Amino acid sequence: MVDTDVRLGLTGSDLAIRDRQFKKDIARFENLPAVLNADNSPEVRALSEAGLAGEITATKRQSGQDFITVRKNRIVDILTVMRDHPDCRYDLVSDIFGVDLLGFDKEPRFEVIYSLYSIATHRRIVVKAEVDEDDPTIDTTVGVWRAAEWPEREMFDLFGIEFNDHPDLRRILMPDDWVGHPLRKDFPLGGEEVEFSHNVRDRLSPSLHDLEDGNVPGAHGHH
Amino acid sequence: MAASVAFNPNPLPLSDTSLQRAKGPAPGIEIERTIDPLTNTENMVLNMGPQHPSTHGVLRLVLELDGETVTKCTPHIGYLHTGIEKTMENLSYYKALPLTDREDYLSNLCNNLAYSLAVEKLMGVEIPPRAQILRVLLNELERIASHMLWLGTHALDIGAMSVFFYCWQDRDRILEIKEHLSGVRTKTSWICPGGLRGDAPTGWMTRVKEFLDYFPERIQLYQGLLTNNPIWIERTRNVGVISGENAIAFGMGGPSLRASGVNLDLRKTNPYSSYEQFDFDVAVGQYGDVYDRYRVRIEELTQSHRICVQAWERMPDGPVRTSDRKIAPPPREELDTSMEALIHHFKLYTEGFHPPVGEAIGAVEGPRGEKAYYIVSDGSNKPYRVKIKGPSFYNLQALPHMVEGSMVADVVAAIGSIDIVLGDIDR
Repeated sequence: MVDTDVRLGLTGSDLAIRDRQFKKDIARFENLPAVLNADNSPEVRALSEAGLAGEITATKRQSGQDFITVRKNRIVDILTVMRDHPDCRYDLVSDIFGVDLLGFDKEPRFEVIYSLYSIATHRRIVVKAEVDEDDPTIDTTVGVWRAAEWPEREMFDLFGIEFNDHPDLRRILMPDDWVGHPLRKDFPLGGEEVEFSHNVRDRLSPSLHDLEDGNVPGAHGHH
Repeated sequence: MAASVAFNPNPLPLSDTSLQRAKGPAPGIEIERTIDPLTNTENMVLNMGPQHPSTHGVLRLVLELDGETVTKCTPHIGYLHTGIEKTMENLSYYKALPLTDREDYLSNLCNNLAYSLAVEKLMGVEIPPRAQILRVLLNELERIASHMLWLGTHALDIGAMSVFFYCWQDRDRILEIKEHLSGVRTKTSWICPGGLRGDAPTGWMTRVKEFLDYFPERIQLYQGLLTNNPIWIERTRNVGVISGENAIAFGMGGPSLRASGVNLDLRKTNPYSSYEQFDFDVAVGQYGDVYDRYRVRIEELTQSHRICVQAWERMPDGPVRTSDRKIAPPPREELDTSMEALIHHFKLYTEGFHPPVGEAIGAVEGPRGEKAYYIVSDGSNKPYRVKIKGPSFYNLQALPHMVEGSMVADVVAAIGSIDIVLGDIDR
């Protein structure tokens, strides 16, 4: 192996640059999304075996990570297959969360994302369930993993997605009397008025106005 | 001989007023009350936190007590929710980085790394070897610092006060190392997409070496103070037990999961940032109690020290940033001579960079478990959605399972043993 390319008249350092560029191109090519099927993905094969292939709406492999998008109606069956099938064994919940795809101008608007990890195979899979804006409900997966309870509450809190049969569906991060769902894309950033000295009076409640004026509420009549 | 007072199994019924007081306010919480027919007593509701020192921040636990036994434990979180994920959606990739320091504020560099790995996956860039080894070194120092804080506060909660002072000394040494590196003691943002913010300054490696030479005997000191201490064992053995199956079902992670006998460490199973080159062992417990979680973390101190020593010894020369100018700024000296470098510099600091449309996960083994960033890109210069996986969120979720049926004092031990950080939970 000589370190010059005679035909192109390249020197060693030029070759190194060309090799690096070539490797970069290869990496970009590998980064292109690929479609999963029963041949290259044990998860798709397992879902087909369970008769759930019809639920899959899209798949892709990007940067070595597999993504499977499914309809929401049989999500519990799909995730049970993911947990129990000998080729999958995704027994550990890495994370469960929502994404609002309003900015992508896409139907349906929400995705509930199950990021799963297998302790046996050390593989990671991302299962996405599509949830409509008109009917933002999906079955709870607390029966599959107990870990799902809090992340589902968080999604209810921040995205307004309701989970059917959830044992304890309450807000978790925001105050109980909060209006709206902050992580929705149409929820404004900084929606709360900031209190300064010039607007502090407007923001005080009426009883505190009285207090400022010297009328202590509830004080009269006791003396 | 003093007359002993006989225990009356059927005391007189309490007056209405005292019953009223016992029912107490606890606003907003509905708990079914049961009156024990034998003793004519009823369960008591105790609010623990959000200002209780042993809750490690602003965690509030509503404990329902039968005598001193916890019959129900309901955690209330969200007191530290600052909407970091929402804020990150509205900042460019580079400007969102300092927020990663501020969610789990005790593992800043691990969060930086997880975020950077996700961004680098989206951009498809490679990181030079020196940056990778420095990242490992910084992450392991961060793990030692975090475990020092955990050990000090955990021991303090249980009543071993002097450990706290020793641990704080050692944590401060690591903070000084970080300060020497970056000028900032905790929230350095030193690991960034594309590599590191800058190379180690003169004398920094010597300082790290001094710490690495000094630290092993400190581990011996902690072991000597606690490991065979009968009071410590009495307070921690068979307390807050969770089985391996349940720990997996609750999605626990890190030392809290490994203490239950589950051998899962992302540094071994899914190595990132050249961890595959390092020789270290994973500490795994057996019984899943507070004591095992203590033992696992103490062993991790030794293993982290091993990794640090190897990283120090094999630290290669070279750049600490990728040469891909689309994500990392050019060196200062190039700006004077190269028009292209100037344009890259300008574009990067005004607009940032645009990863292609797609999603990527960056996951590292943080001090508390798997710290993962899931980033959705819509092709703009701001992340469309960032989801931060906080291991403490899942570890805390398992707390009621650990403490129901045990004593109130054991709740304190159990909270300390899962090493929660409220910034990690509430984000």
